[in-house]
Amino acid sequence: MCDTCGCNLTPGNRKFAYKPVEPGATTVSVLQNLLKKNDDQAAHNRAHFDSRGILTINLMSSPGSGKTALLEATIAALKNEFKIAVIEGDLETENDAERIRAQGVPAHQIVTGTACHLDAHLVHDALHHMNLNGVDILFIENVGNLVCPASFDLGQHVNVTLLSVTEGDDKPAKYPVMFRAADAVLLSKTDLLPHLDDFNPVRATSHVRNLANTAPVIQLSARKDIGMDGWYNWLREQLAAQRALAADGATRRPAIQPDGIQLHAV
Amino acid sequence: MHELSVAQALVEQLENIVRERKADAATSFRIRIGPLSGVVPDLLASAFPLAAAGSVAEHAVMDFVEAPVRVRCQTCGAESEAAMNRLLCGACGDWHTQLVSGDELILESVELQLPVTTQ
Ligand SMILES: Nc1nc2c(ncn2[C@@H]2O[C@H](COP(=O)(O)OP(=O)(O)O)[C@@H](O)[C@H]2O)c(=O)[nH]1
Ligand SMILES: [Mg+2]
Ligand SMILES: [Zn+2]
Ligand SMILES: [Zn+2]
Repeated sequence: MCDTCGCNLTPGNRKFAYKPVEPGATTVSVLQNLLKKNDDQAAHNRAHFDSRGILTINLMSSPGSGKTALLEATIAALKNEFKIAVIEGDLETENDAERIRAQGVPAHQIVTGTACHLDAHLVHDALHHMNLNGVDILFIENVGNLVCPASFDLGQHVNVTLLSVTEGDDKPAKYPVMFRAADAVLLSKTDLLPHLDDFNPVRATSHVRNLANTAPVIQLSARKDIGMDGWYNWLREQLAAQRALAADGATRRPAIQPDGIQLHAV
Repeated sequence: MHELSVAQALVEQLENIVRERKADAATSFRIRIGPLSGVVPDLLASAFPLAAAGSVAEHAVMDFVEAPVRVRCQTCGAESEAAMNRLLCGACGDWHTQLVSGDELILESVELQLPVTTQ
């Protein structure tokens, strides 16, 4: 990067940058993403998925926004169309994996302890506990948290972020890192909209657009089966797109994943 | 907070560099960080000593270069500074922009203490 021209210097770090190198010391230029080890593991996970033609989706939201309920409804509706599997990383409700298994699909519960996010190594370990033969779509339900999970690549192809209408419609402005990373934003629990006068879906969408995010914003209610077809159609499109890429030996990552060095090292 | 995980990854990276270069220790290092990386410099700075305790990076001084949030407009081509939750073009106001700076989380350089040689 611009180590030599000095354009990175601020009054706070100038003294540091020009500190003469003392004898017995040396400065090494590194230019590596801090989470490189996680990123390497994520790339390995993604290769696993690609070689099996699996579309992997990372589901993120605040605790209680309806991730597990969305999965239950989706599995019930699509289980004759696709083979679905789930990695459960949500620690809010211990029995999320049980709820999924009750739908007749394989689910592995990651025991995260007090972890506030999943990482690529946890997902890799989970993969070794699962039979992925014939699986079309693998959902990873991340820890309910709008801050940490967005920073860790798991090897997923797309990110889906839920925002329930019982939360503020300004959440995308408060958690820009999370909502910028979404390839689809689901406004969930819309059956409750008539009872809430302060959640405006148009305003929520405009906060997402302010993050330069072109992702579709889909309104739905898993409990009352409202708007679910839009979500199912989006899933079908993503799977078809993923299959086409995999057939060409290509893959994809979430549209707005931190590109770190690749994007900025000029 | 996830800053502890990031600090642990950082210490591991520093340990690898110290080992590869056959150095004694890392004495300082520089990180380029943007607000859209999702990692808060202050939290990373306070997590670092916990992660580095007992390692060859234990006494290393951390220096941050904060990367500004900048976008390039896909409509008018202008490049401008932006707020992290309003990535709009500063010239025409359009939201169809691309981030050119602000999501970095990069270890730029490390200063190493080399073993004392007698020659
Ligand atoms: N009214 C309504 N409640 C829902 C809907 N989806 C989920 N919930 C409720 O929200 C709570 C949290 O849902 P859950 O799926 O466990 O959220 P998670 O923590 O994101 O996995 C539960 O009490 C659900 O019954 C919905 O579409 N409408
Ligand atoms: Mg859940
Ligand atoms: Zn965290
Ligand atoms: Zn413009």
